[in-house]
Amino acid sequence: MAERSFAKEVEKLRLGAGEEFAGEGILAITKALLQCGVGYVGGYQGAPISHLMDVLADAQDILGELGVHFEASASEATATAMLAASVHYPIRGAATFKSTVGTNVASDALANLASGGVTGGALIIVGEDYGEGSSIMQERSHAFAMKSQVWLLDPRPNLPSIVKAVEDGFELSEISNTPVMLQVRIRCCHVHGHFIAKDNKRPPMTVADALSAPRRDTGRIVLPPASFLHEKEKVAKRWPAAVDFIRKNKINEFFGSDHGSVGIVMQGGMYNSVIRALQRLGLADTYGETDVPLYVLNAVYPLVDDEFLSFCEGKQAVLVVEEGQPNYVEQAFAAMLHKAGRGTRLVGKEYLPMAGEYTGQVMLDGIGSFLRAEAPHLLPGEVRAPNKVGDGVDTADLINVVPGRPPGFCIGCPERPIFAATKLVEQELGKHHIASDIGCHLFSIMPPFELGATTMGYGLGPASASAFNSPNAKRRSISFVGDGGFWHNGLTSSIGNAVFNKNDGVIVIVDNFYSAATGGQDILSSRASNRTKSTKHPITEAVKGMGVKWLRHIDRTYDVGKVQDTLREALTTEEKGPKVIVASSECMLNRQRREKPLVDKAIKGGERVVKPKFGVDEDICTGDHACMRLSGCPSLSVKSLDDPLRDDPVASIDQNCVGCGNCGEVADAAVLCPSFYRADVVHNPGRWDRFLESARRAVIGMMQRRRESRRLVFADA
Amino acid sequence: MLDQAPPLRPKSGATDNERVIKLALLAVGGQGGGVLADWIVDVAERNGYVAQSTSVAGVAQRTGATIYYVEMARHTGRLPVFALSPSQGDVDILIAAELMEAGRAIIRGFVTPDRTTLITSSHRIAAVSEKVEPGDGRASSSKVHATAEAAAKRFVAFDMEKIASDNGSMISASLLGALAGSDALPFTRESYEQAIGAGGRGVKASLAAFGAAFDRARGAAAAASPKPAEPAIVESALGAGQLRGPQNLVQGWQALAARIDLMPVAVRDMALRGLRKVVDYQDIAYGRDYLDRLDKAVALDDAGHAHALSIAAAKHLANALCYDDMIRVADLKTRSTRDQRVRKEVGAKAGSILQVTEYFHPRIEEFCGTLPAGLGSYIENRPRLAGFLDRRINRGRRVRTDSFAGFAMLWFIGGLRRWRRSLLRHKVEMAHVERWYALALSHAREDYALAVEILNCRRLIKGYSDTHVRAQSKFDRVLSALDLLKGRDDAADWIRRLREAALKDEKGDMLDGALRTVATLGSVPAN
Repeated sequence: MAERSFAKEVEKLRLGAGEEFAGEGILAITKALLQCGVGYVGGYQGAPISHLMDVLADAQDILGELGVHFEASASEATATAMLAASVHYPIRGAATFKSTVGTNVASDALANLASGGVTGGALIIVGEDYGEGSSIMQERSHAFAMKSQVWLLDPRPNLPSIVKAVEDGFELSEISNTPVMLQVRIRCCHVHGHFIAKDNKRPPMTVADALSAPRRDTGRIVLPPASFLHEKEKVAKRWPAAVDFIRKNKINEFFGSDHGSVGIVMQGGMYNSVIRALQRLGLADTYGETDVPLYVLNAVYPLVDDEFLSFCEGKQAVLVVEEGQPNYVEQAFAAMLHKAGRGTRLVGKEYLPMAGEYTGQVMLDGIGSFLRAEAPHLLPGEVRAPNKVGDGVDTADLINVVPGRPPGFCIGCPERPIFAATKLVEQELGKHHIASDIGCHLFSIMPPFELGATTMGYGLGPASASAFNSPNAKRRSISFVGDGGFWHNGLTSSIGNAVFNKNDGVIVIVDNFYSAATGGQDILSSRASNRTKSTKHPITEAVKGMGVKWLRHIDRTYDVGKVQDTLREALTTEEKGPKVIVASSECMLNRQRREKPLVDKAIKGGERVVKPKFGVDEDICTGDHACMRLSGCPSLSVKSLDDPLRDDPVASIDQNCVGCGNCGEVADAAVLCPSFYRADVVHNPGRWDRFLESARRAVIGMMQRRRESRRLVFADA
Repeated sequence: MLDQAPPLRPKSGATDNERVIKLALLAVGGQGGGVLADWIVDVAERNGYVAQSTSVAGVAQRTGATIYYVEMARHTGRLPVFALSPSQGDVDILIAAELMEAGRAIIRGFVTPDRTTLITSSHRIAAVSEKVEPGDGRASSSKVHATAEAAAKRFVAFDMEKIASDNGSMISASLLGALAGSDALPFTRESYEQAIGAGGRGVKASLAAFGAAFDRARGAAAAASPKPAEPAIVESALGAGQLRGPQNLVQGWQALAARIDLMPVAVRDMALRGLRKVVDYQDIAYGRDYLDRLDKAVALDDAGHAHALSIAAAKHLANALCYDDMIRVADLKTRSTRDQRVRKEVGAKAGSILQVTEYFHPRIEEFCGTLPAGLGSYIENRPRLAGFLDRRINRGRRVRTDSFAGFAMLWFIGGLRRWRRSLLRHKVEMAHVERWYALALSHAREDYALAVEILNCRRLIKGYSDTHVRAQSKFDRVLSALDLLKGRDDAADWIRRLREAALKDEKGDMLDGALRTVATLGSVPAN
């Protein structure tokens, strides 16, 4: 079960024609899919569309009622391959995943799907971001659209536009027999807005209908000679069909004055920030009314030549606002103008940065300087020749004060002790080459652990260490992979590969019972029972099945000593071949979400409950912070003592502590100090508890009084 | 024909009716920024505004800095075009859920004097980089406060985390209260409270936190940064601070306190604190010992230097004499006052029972240190014997101090206090104290400041086991520079710099760098 529940929100998916939908972008997309009579949906979680998967998962009852099949795909490749159901059958299908990483994984299936073409509409909803909203390498899905000839929609980031894009996408796909990619950015996925709903549609043909009446058409299968014909068909038939559809249905939009000496062309996703820039330049009002001619590309591929050329009619200069590089759109437009022998100057990356996110400031500067250079007469005086703008506040020295705050492990995270142990082992055996993977465990590269040299992709941690396998090596490589990555493709690409190539390295599989980094979705090895999915398939069994001989399973990662010993053994054993350690403990975030309400209820209900919490004896702590260099737990922090005799702040554990045990285990394993204590609070103690307690209190109290009566006791000591 | 400038469109925010209000919220992952954003949207809609909220809530980024953004405008029937992220110099209200996040907002240009109301909680959540320093690596809050005063049009800052926890709620509630109280938005208090009520969960607590923060924001202009406490002026050590105990010990104490009254006023506070610590650690005689040593510094001292030497001596002598050994740990963990402190710290309610587990990991070193000096060193000088014993001792031990056995064991170890002076660890520590203290005072005449800095180097010695060993070596490395430095005008500065460098990282890499620099200075006196 996912971290965020949309159980309540999904009820909005039942809204009928004319009713107003209010909510998040991802819910709007889901509603649009149902309004389009989609027959099957699937995908793989990953920001920004993780929540879209969660919405679909929570909406399974509603999907079921409509006869829509939902698939929590094993990977993006699986999700895209699933769209094969739309090749021969007139069934609309949708897949969703994070791009470009997901599209990389999916590209094999994508290319095959695009070559044979589709009968039913096939929509691929990809989340792609630049800058702040992105946690991955900065690339463009646009390249995939071009190389496989898949159409790419990039709608304006408001709910009505996204919903329309979904509807247009399916039609476009069917009319041109081509899969369509719909690109959304993270803020658009989470944008809160409104649109007028339509009734949900049952798919005219369900997957069940298709199975009872199978079809095939050799001409749609990717094999010579059909594949040669596919390429011709792409340019001769599908492309023109798509261009006609886009033109006829006015997918791209024109705003502002229809004549003027300059104009701005933009990806639909850039519209709001362009308008904001124009507003700040005094050229647009609150509602986006402007005199500057705007050409908004809700379809960024294919481009419509005559649409663009007519926009350029009588314009001296046109600015292309295109986030990311290479600047495919700008290049294409430049070629059009050149071939049409037009004099209009086309500019883009001259005024806007070639790389990086187009933030509000970037947009203001870029469009501002474009207009100053090309159409100063449009600008109000104060903008044309601004007085020195500057807030007059010098933040230079503040930059050295404010500490960075990168993401890290949560309070009580079961992965923290694994890396604490790794750090301790390295203190014994020296530094090792450590290969990281994708997932929460990648936070090991951050302080205080600073472990991990590379990350090469999901499930590819051990694969990325495969070259480090030499008979004359003195040390072994260590590689990490999460349970998510393991099932995504790590089992074959990493474990299988290591077995087959007799890799001598150490592989640690971090098993936290979920695909945790993407929001706690269930996977094969999840321990929870899932109503619609088959879980509880142990990773250890799969690893054994792959032929791994040296396998250790740690079922409580908080046992730092044990993790340390196991890792040491793996690094030093004589045994050849991959040494695999499966380190299992439940993601604390999900565990708390599950247990906390139950515990609170039990305590209220008067049941006996033992709740652990950690603490620090501040007069025993010397303030050396060695514990924090092995933890980084948000609830273990520093505090100043009201005592002039003490210079440095001491360790302190706040109320958010969940008593995971890492502090004590580390203090023990690393032989740090005796400052930590674990306090188990027994709520609603039983009769025996109370008897024992009073007996102990009596004796202990007596001993304490005896000693304290023979010494000086200071009031505030 | 756009050859001449067109009639200028009303800028966003030109007419009040069409003005777009821009609100950005910076928080640390896990603070509930999403809840707050939803509340704000709800409040806006209740007041006939159209609102749009966005976030970059990366699903896994739970402890990192996060940002939420809300835009709203009065509903006029037409849909405004809202931006999806804040722009520099274009934010009306900036809410920061933690002080350094306010600093980050200022750096990112989201706070400008012409328009921005900056509402921030003044509490700190230390970043990892601040926590891992062996010394005090925390960022300067006062610097952020100072810059914020200048950068914001209005600055509202107080500890909203405390208000939240005092009312059993989350900071999102007190932040909303501060927002409402600041009147930065044209909405009534009731509409805010309705939004909270509609939320459903923990409404009562949320409303309480909201109300407290609301009043505080109404009353309080920006709260100033916390000021360091003034050192107390102790007129007489006699009777300062209550104490109880057997008559003879109380008399003994008063005799010692009387000696403090003979010291310069400036020294008394620190000396009294030191004396208490030392007597509490061992006994009256140990306190006498402490004062005897302290007197040496006082004798060398004078008002001209504001008695800096004596004060440093009073402070660091006390810490040096109260070295952290097993006896002290056991003693502190078996005191009656400790039970109450633990109950308070873990928030144990009356009627609940506490089970306390201590984490010990004794090694041969600690074992020998707790033996009579002769026996202890006998073992230490025989590596094979020591190794043999270590294999039996060196193991993590969990002790339940709420149980008879566990408590009795620690109580017994604590009782060894009486023989402490005869134990090996004491001999070692005292030898170290002698060397350090004598070394410091030996410089007092020709270089007073240097003597003070040498005393201050005691700050380096802390931690247990390996950490303690590393600390010792840093201490020695810093003082190793003395031969090169003495005689220079800036000798004291250099020792201070070296000490500060030593507190920067675990292994002392920065210290080694600083030492290499010192080596290049040459020992030629600068004067």
